[in-house]
Amino acid sequence: MKKLLLILASLTVASLASAQLQLNGAGATFPYVLYSKWFDVVKNNTGIQFNYQSIGSGGGIKQMIEGTVDFGATDGPMKDEQLAEAKAKQGSDILHFPTVLGAVVVTYNVKEIGADLALSPEVLADIFLGKIKIWNDPAIAALNKGRQFPAKSIIVVHRSDGSGTTFIFVDYLSKVSDQWKSKVGVGTAVNWPTGLGGKGNEGVSGQVKQMDGSIGYVELAYAVKNSLPYVTIRNKSGKFIKPSIESVTAAALGESKKMPEDFRISITNADGKDSYPISGYTWLLIRKEQKDVNKAKAIVQFLRWAYTDGEKLAAPLLYAPLPDAVVKRCLKAVLTITSNGKPLP
Amino acid sequence: MKRTGYFLYRTSKNYFFYGMCVVGTLIALVPLYLILYHTLALGLPALNWNFFTQMPKPVGEPGGGLANAIAGTLILVGLGACIGLPVGILAGIYLSEFGNGIFGTIVRFLTDVLNGVPSIVTGVVAYTLIVIPTRHFSAYAGAVALGILMVPTITRTTEEMLRMVPTMYREAALALGISQWKMTLRIVVKTASGGIVTGIMLAIARIAGETAPLLFTALNNRFWHTTLDQPIASLTVFIYNYGVSPFEDWIAQAWAGALVLISLILILSIAMRFATRSKYQASSL
Amino acid sequence: MRLGNASIALQENKADLFFRGIVRFVALLIVVLVCLMAYEMYASSAPTREKFGFSFFFSSAWDPVQDQYGALPFIFGTLVSSLIALLLAVPISIGIAVVLSELAPPFIEKPLSFVIELLAGIPSIVYGLWGFFVLVPWLRGDVEPLLISLFGSTPFFSGTPFGIGMLAAGMILAIMILPIIASISRDVLNAVPRAQREAALALGSTRWESTVIALRYSRSGIIGSAILGLGRAFGETMAVTMVIGNRPGISASLLDPASTMASVLANEFTEATSTLYVSALVEIALTLFVVAVLVNSVARLLVWSVTRQDGGRA
Repeated sequence: MKKLLLILASLTVASLASAQLQLNGAGATFPYVLYSKWFDVVKNNTGIQFNYQSIGSGGGIKQMIEGTVDFGATDGPMKDEQLAEAKAKQGSDILHFPTVLGAVVVTYNVKEIGADLALSPEVLADIFLGKIKIWNDPAIAALNKGRQFPAKSIIVVHRSDGSGTTFIFVDYLSKVSDQWKSKVGVGTAVNWPTGLGGKGNEGVSGQVKQMDGSIGYVELAYAVKNSLPYVTIRNKSGKFIKPSIESVTAAALGESKKMPEDFRISITNADGKDSYPISGYTWLLIRKEQKDVNKAKAIVQFLRWAYTDGEKLAAPLLYAPLPDAVVKRCLKAVLTITSNGKPLP
Repeated sequence: MKRTGYFLYRTSKNYFFYGMCVVGTLIALVPLYLILYHTLALGLPALNWNFFTQMPKPVGEPGGGLANAIAGTLILVGLGACIGLPVGILAGIYLSEFGNGIFGTIVRFLTDVLNGVPSIVTGVVAYTLIVIPTRHFSAYAGAVALGILMVPTITRTTEEMLRMVPTMYREAALALGISQWKMTLRIVVKTASGGIVTGIMLAIARIAGETAPLLFTALNNRFWHTTLDQPIASLTVFIYNYGVSPFEDWIAQAWAGALVLISLILILSIAMRFATRSKYQASSL
Repeated sequence: MRLGNASIALQENKADLFFRGIVRFVALLIVVLVCLMAYEMYASSAPTREKFGFSFFFSSAWDPVQDQYGALPFIFGTLVSSLIALLLAVPISIGIAVVLSELAPPFIEKPLSFVIELLAGIPSIVYGLWGFFVLVPWLRGDVEPLLISLFGSTPFFSGTPFGIGMLAAGMILAIMILPIIASISRDVLNAVPRAQREAALALGSTRWESTVIALRYSRSGIIGSAILGLGRAFGETMAVTMVIGNRPGISASLLDPASTMASVLANEFTEATSTLYVSALVEIALTLFVVAVLVNSVARLLVWSVTRQDGGRA
């Protein structure tokens, strides 16, 4: 018993002695594949630990409002009320910094169909509304002539936690389906008409992988890493587009003129004939007025690295790097971060 | 004859129902066997030196381990015990030596209440009371939540064990002029120490496997923790995160973590049984 | 041992006063802690209590977008999954208790008791892991299609074989509460005075009939243990979250996914952004707390009354 206490005490002391700089962040699972790589590289290069927990965009927003984390991440931008609440509670504005672009893909697990199932926006909405219930429904077959569809039930898998991926997805569905807009609406957590809930992009892809006949929505990287097939969707211009880095970048460029000052933009159902319709930015949430100068320096240093070297790591992991024009604006915005009233070098 | 017929009926009922009881017992043992089997079969392959010494790797990169999680669990359990042990033992002493009035009954009742509170509710309360005001997910918050969970078990076991020490011991000590506090601590508690240690190990085994309260308090940490007021990794939360993920090697590591956890608890249970072999009683949970 | 009035004579000793002060203080700490927990949850759930009142418990709207909250789906999920668990666990537990108390010779009984209590020691998350990767595929592939083909016309077994759902959660919970019910029932059976059994046997009953009499005698204790198991099932979080499907909804079919009070807390608490959302979740936590308190009190009362003869060990 005494020995155990000694070991514990020494572990604790050892941990106190190595008081390395650690920043805590929480939020979206959408960019987690990339962020886990980024923060690993940063740790190896600088020794600073960015401990990022992917608890979902909703969690990231909430913990930023409560001030329990140093930075947050979300793919569904914060609403004005949330920003106001954060400012009231923590005394600082929160800045949205876009990091990469990603695609929310519709992935499925039906061996008989094969890859690259084609769906139209209306059929997609009907599936997730629960109106189309079996795979061999004529509406699906009509879009995919020549394929065999089994008479299996469609098992919808959605997010059980508050999610920016959900936000991007339902934002798109609301734009293409009036019934979805009125019945379900948009948010990081919605009242799903049908389906099972999985936790995080990880949980949804895990469930789709396990269940025959299931369909769900995840970020592109998760589908590819798990060898799950995904859907090509008809975009606003009428073309069936496969999600890829190119089609996501096309969507961003298609909507680039509408990019506001604070970077909060939705690029779903974008203009442009090569645009993938369910694309989205993902943002880091950073407080404008930082209290701890060391942490502020670390954050600024990290953001600068991210916008230069970090973006290069995006494409191999299937995220689309930001357009150059956006990067320029972001680097300017980094300069507005202050620490205790003073700007940072 | 009728009598014989009815007797045969009763006798066959006898065998039938006893048979059903045995069958029921065997049915109950099947999941236990399966759980242990699967944990071993799926966890053992991923249990290598790396698992115990390496940090988690980014998504999709094979290898890495859960060293920080194992250390984190040990630290959380240790800290939790630092909070739960004193409270539990002292409260148990109170209930046993002084707790016969109304206040004692109230304390006993509330200890039972605390025992029945689901661990997730304790986590919610710890979040509201500690994490929000301190603006930190921290190992401290996790340890407090775990400590609260330990208290009822330790209090109850301590009280029971102390009550079993014969009154003779107390009277003899007092008759020799030893002061009450010395008598309680040095003689009564010492005599019951075997049973009390059992209660402590039971409580430790219970909190080592807790996940829900840690989700809101200690959060998790992909790196080695730096100080105790920062989030800290734990085996249980990692098992949960890795288990629901779609990545094969993460799932394998989740099973390995489960294996480590079960082994830890198994060792504690066996040690408990061994220590109290002579005093084995039908203990309630 | 209670010193009673003799303690007054010892009060001159300051160290004793200090000692008694400390233990009293710590005991008070427990009281304060429980009251603080209850108060904290009560206060934090004020917004939803004011807005929805009692209709919170009867409404099934759970819509964070519209800020409409009703706890009925979660109450339903908790009740039904726990009920399934009880239905499955109680008969088997009584069987185990009978085996441990009457049938098994000592060299089997001790290891068997140990093994059953081992089941109790397995952490919830490991049950969840096993449930998700072993039980659910088995249900999805073999059991549920069979149930659908046999009973598909009834509302209880209609629907798609997800594997994940109410049935899986009920089964996992049953395994988890088995040890509690079994070991307390065993204790309670052991506490039946020998005279009762011997009298029955003397009157010519078979062994089983004497067991039935013992069971009837310890009926309240067994019911108490079942209620304790129920209480544990109510609060079970991780194992349930991983196999129940996390979908708030009320459905007659056991094959459909659901959500329990504990699982919704695990899933949504860290990200509830609006005040009303947080308050709704805290109110659910408060409900869990109150229910757990009630259930445990009733159970303890029942078990205590039967094992009183055994020295108050309950």
